[in-house]
Amino acid sequence: MLLTAPFRKIARDGLWNNNIVFGQNLALCPLLAVTGTATNGLGMGLATLLVITASNGLISVARHLIPSEIRIPIFVLLIAALVTLVDMLMNAWAHELYKVLGLFIALIVTNCALLGRAEAFASKQPVKEAVWDGFMMGLGFTLVLVALGAAREISSAGTLFANASVLLGERFRFLELTVITEYKGFLLMALPPGGFIMVAFLIVGKRLIDQKLTQRKAQRKDISIASQGETG
Amino acid sequence: MASPWRVQSRKRGLIILINLREFAMKLDSARIEQLRTTAATYLAWLKAWLAPVHLAQLRPMLKFQTGVLAGFALLASVLLGITNCTTQGTIQQRLEEDLQQSLEEVVPASWYDNVMQHDIVTLDSSDYNLGANETTVYLAKKAGKITAVCFKFTAPDGYSGAINMIMGLDRQGTLLGVRVLSHKETPGLGDKIEVAKSNWILSFVGRSLATMSASQWAVKKDGGDIDQFAGATITPRKAVQAIYRGLHLFKENQALLLKQ
Repeated sequence: MLLTAPFRKIARDGLWNNNIVFGQNLALCPLLAVTGTATNGLGMGLATLLVITASNGLISVARHLIPSEIRIPIFVLLIAALVTLVDMLMNAWAHELYKVLGLFIALIVTNCALLGRAEAFASKQPVKEAVWDGFMMGLGFTLVLVALGAAREISSAGTLFANASVLLGERFRFLELTVITEYKGFLLMALPPGGFIMVAFLIVGKRLIDQKLTQRKAQRKDISIASQGETG
Repeated sequence: MASPWRVQSRKRGLIILINLREFAMKLDSARIEQLRTTAATYLAWLKAWLAPVHLAQLRPMLKFQTGVLAGFALLASVLLGITNCTTQGTIQQRLEEDLQQSLEEVVPASWYDNVMQHDIVTLDSSDYNLGANETTVYLAKKAGKITAVCFKFTAPDGYSGAINMIMGLDRQGTLLGVRVLSHKETPGLGDKIEVAKSNWILSFVGRSLATMSASQWAVKKDGGDIDQFAGATITPRKAVQAIYRGLHLFKENQALLLKQ
């Protein structure tokens, strides 16, 4: 591993331990709104990844200037300005991508995870750490969005990454799969309640894995203690 | 393709560069040295002011807090203002290209030789519930004769907001094509009205008020002739109803439009 221990910890927190959805239970509103399909989840995830990395960096640069009494309005101001900038620039210079992602970009303003990371991390940490944290949190969020989108899409329509070529270009048409052929469809999963149900399953799954891991760790400790006892 | 704006700004940049060079040549070494030391003092002062220890002293002061908030607001508005000014023209151009593209999609290229965006008629459409009180009709002409018309219209009552569409019609009022320009319908369900996601919208080609009765202009669930799609009824129902109203708008104004 090329990364030093603190950077590894940031990565682990963002991707798993303190994941925006699994660990902090934040950003559920955009999460439920766009994860009807894996493709939409990916689009929202990438847009959020970009903005949260930039906003973390920006707030970390300005952290000594920001008095704690008025930090929230300044965070909101900076994040809103950043989102609007990305929105306008993309509309002008990456119009084709904007036609697909435009809807998601406006939604990022309502994403409390950005404010959460600004408050909990970027306003207290050096720039490099803050940017890395933003990137890893964004990546973790993207992975959850894609996983949830895929689970909902398969259970609601039987397809995976439908219309990925509209988002990513013709080269990615190979991603578009029909997982269950002649599937009748399960409407609930495509609607917001289905999103709630599915995200609950995913969180339960994450907790079970965590439990297994701690058990195994404890067992290993027991064994090592026991073997020490035998030799000693 | 370089836009005239860009060429102009490049010229302006060149002039500034030449002026700068003339200015630099006028300077002697003593003046340069003086400038350098002044700059260094300012830089050192700024560095000391921005040092975390100094800022920590300033932060609790009300004056400083007000200043910081105002400063960030100013910074944000200047940035947004500049970006808005520089991207406005391009965005406008992109939107026009989008319009051109959608016009081309609903009227076959062989039907016209004019620029449709320049041949327009504005109709009063307040009685048709098409989302706007006025509708701009784009006329397709071949050799000066109107061959087709197209106009944007809106189903204001979609499942989750307005559905903006465009349709093209020939002189008799038969649909040449319908497209959805923008909508907020449920991704994965209602968005099958987009041509990128489903062929549904193509099924309107060739339909008209003359070939179908009023009751046939509805989705199958409502006893009509037009397919809905699995999982979504409201979206296609409202789209069909808006298309039907749009056809009536043309029919009522047919004589006026084709007279031109």
